[in-house]
Amino acid sequence: MTDSDNTATEGMENGPAAPAAETPGATPPGTSPVSTSEPSRTLWGDAWYRLRRNKLAIIALTWLIVITLAAATADLWVPQLFGNPRLINSQTAYQNQLQLPSKEHPMGTDQMGRDVFGRVIYGARVSLIVGFTAVGVSVLIGLIFGAMSGFYGGFTDTGIMRLADVFLAFPYIMFAILLLSVLPQNWRTGLWPVILTIGVLGWPSIARVFRSSILSVKENDYVQAGRALGAKDSRLMIRHIAPNAVAPIIVYATMSIGGAILTEAALSFLGLGILPPNISWGAMIQDGRQYLVVRPGLVFWPGLAILSTVLAFTLLGDGMRDALDVKMKD
Amino acid sequence: MADNGRLLDVEDLKMYFHTRDGVVKAVDGVSYTLDRGETLGIVGESGSGKSVTALTMMGLIEMPPGRIEGGDAKFEGESLFTKTEAEMRDIRGAKIAMIFQDPMTSLNPVYRIGRQIGEPLVLHKGMSKKAAWNRAVELLDLVGIPNPEKRVKDYPHQFSGGMRQRAMIAMALSCDPDVLIADEPTTALDVTIQAQIIELMEELQQRTGAGLIMITHDLGVVADVADNVLVMYAGRAVEYGNVDEVYYRPLHPYTWGLMDSLPRHDMTEKSELCPIKGQPPSLIYVPSGCSFHPRCPYAQPVCKAEEPEFKPIEGTHWAACHFAGQAGFERGTVECAGVSA
Repeated sequence: MTDSDNTATEGMENGPAAPAAETPGATPPGTSPVSTSEPSRTLWGDAWYRLRRNKLAIIALTWLIVITLAAATADLWVPQLFGNPRLINSQTAYQNQLQLPSKEHPMGTDQMGRDVFGRVIYGARVSLIVGFTAVGVSVLIGLIFGAMSGFYGGFTDTGIMRLADVFLAFPYIMFAILLLSVLPQNWRTGLWPVILTIGVLGWPSIARVFRSSILSVKENDYVQAGRALGAKDSRLMIRHIAPNAVAPIIVYATMSIGGAILTEAALSFLGLGILPPNISWGAMIQDGRQYLVVRPGLVFWPGLAILSTVLAFTLLGDGMRDALDVKMKD
Repeated sequence: MADNGRLLDVEDLKMYFHTRDGVVKAVDGVSYTLDRGETLGIVGESGSGKSVTALTMMGLIEMPPGRIEGGDAKFEGESLFTKTEAEMRDIRGAKIAMIFQDPMTSLNPVYRIGRQIGEPLVLHKGMSKKAAWNRAVELLDLVGIPNPEKRVKDYPHQFSGGMRQRAMIAMALSCDPDVLIADEPTTALDVTIQAQIIELMEELQQRTGAGLIMITHDLGVVADVADNVLVMYAGRAVEYGNVDEVYYRPLHPYTWGLMDSLPRHDMTEKSELCPIKGQPPSLIYVPSGCSFHPRCPYAQPVCKAEEPEFKPIEGTHWAACHFAGQAGFERGTVECAGVSA
């Protein structure tokens, strides 16, 4: 519907002398009722409209919603149906271990007799929390540094960008391993060490993207026009530059969540990431590695979970890149 | 110079850009005045310093690389160059407003038209967002946008080029400015819309009594709306006078050249246009003497040696040419040269 009424209104051009009654002249009378609803559209509405037409992005989004809901509500149904996936029951561990998939255990059990399906669901919880918060930390630091770099330029810019270069000069995983391995053992509990490590290492890319985005937006005529209207620098930055520069960050951040999940899995696989009793897909692969030949499912299921989730974030980010482009009209 | 009651008085303005390649003399001694209700047309080729003159006045040139090397611009008797940035902000948009060349890029794509038109009202008049929005509807109506209550909710990409320029005009007029500077307001529009926009600006100027500076390279536009015309070449004023003087008795060979480059309705399909030969000079290496001499078919040795004074030739009609106004120095005495190629 938007296709037709957009072209109709675009083509409309009336002189001051031309009465409003002439307006429908540009649109066939039959289609005009549609255009009355059009002005209430919002930019987010437009973006959502474009995203909806991207099948892959919608499949990805659906998958992410499903897995998020499953992880969020896990406490309510997983232990009841499949037993507590964090605990090892020493009484039954031996007889339950390494079972093949069955009705009670859809993905079988691991070497400790714990339900693999339940562990994958709880692993999703950790992966998603780590992914979102780690990227949140990166975005927070990256936006501040990127904004300073792009707005002020000169010495500030050089300083921040060289610092970013220093961060990017180290091999990513090696830097993360280094940071995590120097932490005292008693600080290594919970998710925070991994989140902060991934978050802190991720800021330089965000800062670079935001900086270059600001640099290109800054040159736009509407920024000059805003200045000619008497707007202050701070107002220009917040009202005119930042909202136009932020779209690439949304896209980049969405894709980075997948990357953060992957890094977490890699670190956990190496034994430096999430530690028991917290469950991580990477750690599950590490645990199941020695049973790869007899029970490939122990590696396959968490591996599939990582693959599908990371892929979903990438596809969603890709879809959002197209959807958020304001200049792309339908 | 004493306050002579002018709304705007630009006196020998010089704005140079200090670049790595050298000093670009973008504006090199330009003077003009503007009164309420008056329209000044500034014409010249691209790069002749038309826009820089206006932007300098508004304090919108980045300094450095720009630097005001001399002269002054007085608004209501007060120099614009001694004001603080905060004082300038109160003038921009409220007292002196500007319309930019390209309406396609001069509106922020993420805000609704109404919010953008209302922005100066919120900034300068302390209006609430709601009141500014309602005023935006009235302003859109004023600039001839049909269905303003609905269109005010649109985003810029839902507007056509002409409608966007109307919205820009509405925004510029929102605070009832005393001076309106239109920097090539019609260049990016197609011809039918150009006429409408010019007509609209004229009409609104008559209604509000603002002084209007119309910067353009379109002599036709200037002939339509301007009371006075300033012709610029290579950052300098070469001719100034009221529109009849400049159009019917142009004094400077550059102005003659501009007019000969225009198609006229008395031309046949066989007759050729007569463009000014050569290119505008680099503003870093401005030719000695009269900066137009390398392209001037009437040039004499004195033109290369001495810079002609910008002086009144006939009453209010000024020109910067050694021979302007002399008997026998007339347009068309030299054949249209260099066109055959």
